[in-house]
Amino acid sequence: MTDSLLTVDGLQVEYPGRGFRAQPFRAVKGVSFDIRPGETVGLVGESGSGKTTIGRAILGLAPVSAGTVTFNGEDISHPTKQRRRELTRDIQVVYQDPYSSLNPSLTIGDSLTEPMIVRKTPKREAQARVRELLDMVRLPSDAADRMPREFSGGQRQRVAIARALALDPTLIICDEPVSALDLSTQARVLELFLEIQERTGVAYLFISHDLAVVREMSHRVAVLLHGELVEWGDGDTVTSQPEHPYTQRLLLASPVPDPVAQEQRRADRLRLKQLHADQDLQAGAA
Amino acid sequence: MSTPTTTASSATGAPRRGVLRRLLVHPLGGVSMIVLAVIVVVGVIAPWIAPHDPTETSLSMIFAEPGGEYLLGGDSAGRDIWSRLLIATAFSLAGGLLVMAVASLVGVTAGLIAGYYGGFVDAVGAWFTALTMSLPSIIVLIAARAVIGPSMWWTMAIFGIFISPVYYRVVYNSVRAVRGELYVDAARTSGLGDGRIIGRHVLLAVRAPVILLMSGVIAAGIGMQAGFDFLGLGDPTIPTWGQMLNEGFYNITRSATLVLWPALALGLTTVALTLLGTALRDELEGTSERRRSRKAPAWSLDEDVPAVVDHGGEDASEPLLAVRDLAVAYQAGDGYATVVKGGRLTVRRGETHGLIGESGSGKTQTAFSVLGLLPKGGKVMAGSIVFDGQELTGLSDAQMNRLRGTRIAYVPQEPMSNLDPSFTVGHQLTEPLVKAAGLSRKEAKERALALLARVGIPDPERAFGSYPHQLSGGMAQRVLIAGAVASHPDLLIADEPTTALDVTVQAEVLDLLRDLQEELGMAILIVTHNFGVVADICDRVSVMQKGVMVETGATADVFDDPRHPYTRALFEAIPKGAPRAPLAGVTSAGLLGTGALK
Repeated sequence: MTDSLLTVDGLQVEYPGRGFRAQPFRAVKGVSFDIRPGETVGLVGESGSGKTTIGRAILGLAPVSAGTVTFNGEDISHPTKQRRRELTRDIQVVYQDPYSSLNPSLTIGDSLTEPMIVRKTPKREAQARVRELLDMVRLPSDAADRMPREFSGGQRQRVAIARALALDPTLIICDEPVSALDLSTQARVLELFLEIQERTGVAYLFISHDLAVVREMSHRVAVLLHGELVEWGDGDTVTSQPEHPYTQRLLLASPVPDPVAQEQRRADRLRLKQLHADQDLQAGAA
Repeated sequence: MSTPTTTASSATGAPRRGVLRRLLVHPLGGVSMIVLAVIVVVGVIAPWIAPHDPTETSLSMIFAEPGGEYLLGGDSAGRDIWSRLLIATAFSLAGGLLVMAVASLVGVTAGLIAGYYGGFVDAVGAWFTALTMSLPSIIVLIAARAVIGPSMWWTMAIFGIFISPVYYRVVYNSVRAVRGELYVDAARTSGLGDGRIIGRHVLLAVRAPVILLMSGVIAAGIGMQAGFDFLGLGDPTIPTWGQMLNEGFYNITRSATLVLWPALALGLTTVALTLLGTALRDELEGTSERRRSRKAPAWSLDEDVPAVVDHGGEDASEPLLAVRDLAVAYQAGDGYATVVKGGRLTVRRGETHGLIGESGSGKTQTAFSVLGLLPKGGKVMAGSIVFDGQELTGLSDAQMNRLRGTRIAYVPQEPMSNLDPSFTVGHQLTEPLVKAAGLSRKEAKERALALLARVGIPDPERAFGSYPHQLSGGMAQRVLIAGAVASHPDLLIADEPTTALDVTVQAEVLDLLRDLQEELGMAILIVTHNFGVVADICDRVSVMQKGVMVETGATADVFDDPRHPYTRALFEAIPKGAPRAPLAGVTSAGLLGTGALK
């Protein structure tokens, strides 16, 4: 696995329990997968599955209690503060909520130059880069002088993508980047993600609850349930002919926007549900 | 989603630009700022304009009448009251500023550190706050005076520390709130150090509350100083308002006006500071309502509403719900923001009708108009809503209340925020049955338990006794559905009933709605943005865009042959489910043997 950009091996994340001698809460229980350069890995799961926590652990925002995260051959599960700051050049993030991810009292330009100022980029160079970034995410260049409140959710998400791209990272963690957006906006932002990947060769860890979106975006897909990886493999296979019962249920529960196909899917789902119930019954009786 | 964006943006306004200018035109702010400006100027130039040395005594001037050599007369020691008042202004202001400076320095710094890092500093901060709150500051100040002597500056500095928890608490809470914001996380992943994050992001957020507190703390400092000096505990060599009050009070029988001047100065300053604080809060927090004109402006539909693309297929029978030419508007500034124009909707008995659109399309507004529950400021301006032959638009609240919950029921988007956290599920389910349907407590409980079992809650007895926070989102939504169908309504309005739920739970909730509909024969109006949900459950669908109904028809017809350009665009935006080709050289990993299967 030397050609991997990022390797997650047996990752465990534990949050300390509340109160005296409380059991720690284990959000991620031994998850392993890898991402290659220029690849998109989709991470699917429902609420509480630990998908966001995995992203945060890679970014160093969640406590890794066991296992390793290897980036470019280097173990980054417990880096020094200094090293973590340097790593932000390579690993970036786009969050779900475009409203809270931009400081409402800073202009778009200020938000975008932030990562460059830290690295002491000359002001002129930084401003040129901001124009370049805004162009890359298809926003007008005068957007730099405006405040976040003047922009719609989709436009703000473009700004967030531009900020992630500012330092030319090799990996971007996309944490539900389109689930807060309207359908038509969502389609355009997804297109932008693909276009940027083609242009820059950046790899994505694409976290989402929406199987259809993940299918369209990902080369390989990992499915999470209660902090454990239940299925992992080629994107097409996992999202169309899943082997694990949970993935099967997940797939059949996502409604398709076609009345006839959906009726079929609903019937399949109810049949699967009955099948699983029968199996449980037999397992219990045995 | 329920309030239109136009009113929201005009209400919050721009807190950053022109706060000073807005303060000046604010009736309280303008006057108080002018008064304070005069007081400050007087305080600053006092040493040069005071006609006499404030400590110079003259036997001939003891209790001198005003208007002579001494403008306001002389005090009991023969000192010039006017000069003393001027110099005292400087010292009183300086004292108040010192209190503010010390309090904000200590309080803001500690609040920032404790709020940002938590842990040890947080614990110490909480302990210190509790300590200063429980100690009477005047006692401590008297004790301190015994040790360090009568120094106004030390007294004020110590009082500043005592009052610093006011800043600490406000800053601490703001920092805690900001700490959870994604932009702070984003700054960390941009490689910013803690110092820069606090300086750049956190400090910006605590700026407003810190400014708000300023005038109040200065006023408190001036008041404390006056009180301390009035008790005779201050530095006798420094003339202050408190000292002059003290002096005037002792001699009130010989010259009543001695008390008047310092009291006026003190009163004027603290009142001005307090009013300035109020005005600042109005402007910074946007609580000021005075820019709204009192008279409602005239509303008119200023554009033609395009005709809806109708696929037909409606039978001749009278519909259960008929909305025609509905217009909903919100007052925004001097005009209106019209969020629904020419709204048209036909729901037949027993059918499931989907109302689909993106945010701002007016779908929720249309549904809320039918319920008579438009958010504050929203009004039905034109059109008619006929439910089962009865016109709803002109009905009073009481009349609507009788319909709602009996014949028209409602299932909201956020199940959790629609259950009262302080009452049990059972209480919330039985209350309407007892109050509205007139059942006895026992009957109501039996009915509620049967309903809970009907909506698929595994242990109805336990759910009946639990509080909303003990339920999952899917369970809470089932409880709300149980409550909605309790009265066998003719029409159930569901506003994005599954948007907040996981897909597996969504599928089950949709199954439940379908089953209940077959059982009870009610009509369902389901507001959604998800074409999958429409395909799953709806017989007919209406598409809305920017307040206008653009297309309506049987679900199969609209999906097969979308005619309006907007509907077509929406369909094109749906992820097609085309998979990506695998990267070269990547082999699939297959199913993992992690033993997750239970």
